[in-house]
Amino acid sequence: MPTVRDLRVRQGQVLLMAGTSKGVFLFAAGPKREKWERGGPHFAGSPAYALGHDATQGDRLLAGVENPFYGPTLRWSDDLGRTWSEETASTLKFPEDAGVSLKRIWQIEPGSRNGTIYAGVEPSALFVSHDRGANWELVRGLFDHPHRPQWTPGNGGQCLHTVLPHPSDPMQITVAMSTGGVYRSEDGGRNWRPRNNGVRVDFMPDKYPEFGQCVHKVVRHASRPATLFLQNHGGLYRSDDNGDTWRDIAKGVPSDFGFCMASHPHDPDVVYIVPLEASLFRCTPEGKLRVYRTRDGGKSWEPLSKGLPQKDANEVVLRDALSVDRLNPAGVYFGTRSGKVYASADGGSSWRLVADGLPPVLCVRAAVIGAPAKARVPHARGAKPTRKSASRPPARAKASASAAAKRKPARRASRSR
Amino acid sequence: MPVRVRLPAILRDLPGARATVELSGAFDSVSDALDALWREVPAVRDRVLTETGEVREHVQLFVGMESIRFTGGLATAVPENTEIHIVPAVSGG
Repeated sequence: MPTVRDLRVRQGQVLLMAGTSKGVFLFAAGPKREKWERGGPHFAGSPAYALGHDATQGDRLLAGVENPFYGPTLRWSDDLGRTWSEETASTLKFPEDAGVSLKRIWQIEPGSRNGTIYAGVEPSALFVSHDRGANWELVRGLFDHPHRPQWTPGNGGQCLHTVLPHPSDPMQITVAMSTGGVYRSEDGGRNWRPRNNGVRVDFMPDKYPEFGQCVHKVVRHASRPATLFLQNHGGLYRSDDNGDTWRDIAKGVPSDFGFCMASHPHDPDVVYIVPLEASLFRCTPEGKLRVYRTRDGGKSWEPLSKGLPQKDANEVVLRDALSVDRLNPAGVYFGTRSGKVYASADGGSSWRLVADGLPPVLCVRAAVIGAPAKARVPHARGAKPTRKSASRPPARAKASASAAAKRKPARRASRSR
Repeated sequence: MPVRVRLPAILRDLPGARATVELSGAFDSVSDALDALWREVPAVRDRVLTETGEVREHVQLFVGMESIRFTGGLATAVPENTEIHIVPAVSGG
């Protein structure tokens, strides 16, 4: 097995995690985000489709790791990747009476209550943990939904890949799956209703069914929780009523097909996507690797290409391989199936290559270690802080700072395998 | 006579696991022998079987030199004084 390169991540640094088809790589840089140190691979040989960061009680990294022979497990690290919990530490698996087996962990998302973490998995189901990832319960209300037999797998499998806990109402949860579409619960997960009104389905006779959409990603901004943006399997949408209705906003993009989508950390009108040519040619259009950004909530889109290859670049960025950090100017990051990771320290205006030659990148997560508000960002030339910047760090980040000194290694910690 | 279960290297770090686990008693089938193995080393169970009790797609079980895929699956008989091997299948990319 390869030697695992240790990475010492310090307070105030940005930690960039890349889940690949052959393990998890970590990168760290100071607030300027120019020089990246590299660590890993952790869990060498095992795909990692989901990564998470929970800062409620000190920084905890979480990874959905899929040993190709011995199945998926959820692992965590409380020392920024130096050691990881044992394979047996997490109980994330289906109960016997469910009649199905866990195939893949697609999403790991902290909830709005301290200690709550959600996991979206394949086959489509939602799990919740109230102790930061050790013990898990299947959310029965969704698993027992009468629509479930009609959810069918897309090319990536029958996956629940997006979990959007409401930022202030812990009873409200929105999820998205392929296929199936968007569902929302307003009672903590007991009851769920589809929320796909206006989202097109190109591959069914009924183009606007109640459910069955192949939604690829949904994002929201914490400061405007009723507004959602959605990247569909053909279609780009916005909702201003918490998903009840959707309208097409795919004007000014080279294609409305794509997988990934990310919301700016401070400006609810800023969203990033990476369009792909079409369902039958899932590569960046015209051989140009371009991130597209809207700064007006989807009325218009602009290509961001400075520092990115603009010739013979037939790249793919998967649904969770685009991420942002909470600094200002915001960092934006993405990884490609060709094993490249790019970073922007100025909200996407310019890019630099962080890593090349990685295994195919499946997901990317960025996190500021400690309190983002305390990280001093020297403004790059031409990069100005966002007008609508948040002056206060989120509650989770505050908790992280106060708990950082108490950080202990993960219980029953081990080196990654 | 005991039945010996050989575990692959990657599973030997699990709590209670080791290269060879000796199971005393007689077992009618691989399924019975594995039940005894789970009692001895519970952590191995989820790595070998799915939640629905099937052998994971890329795990191979051998009784002696025979893969149970061709001898009746988990119902395969387990002779006395034999070895069960748990090995990763030839697969992947």
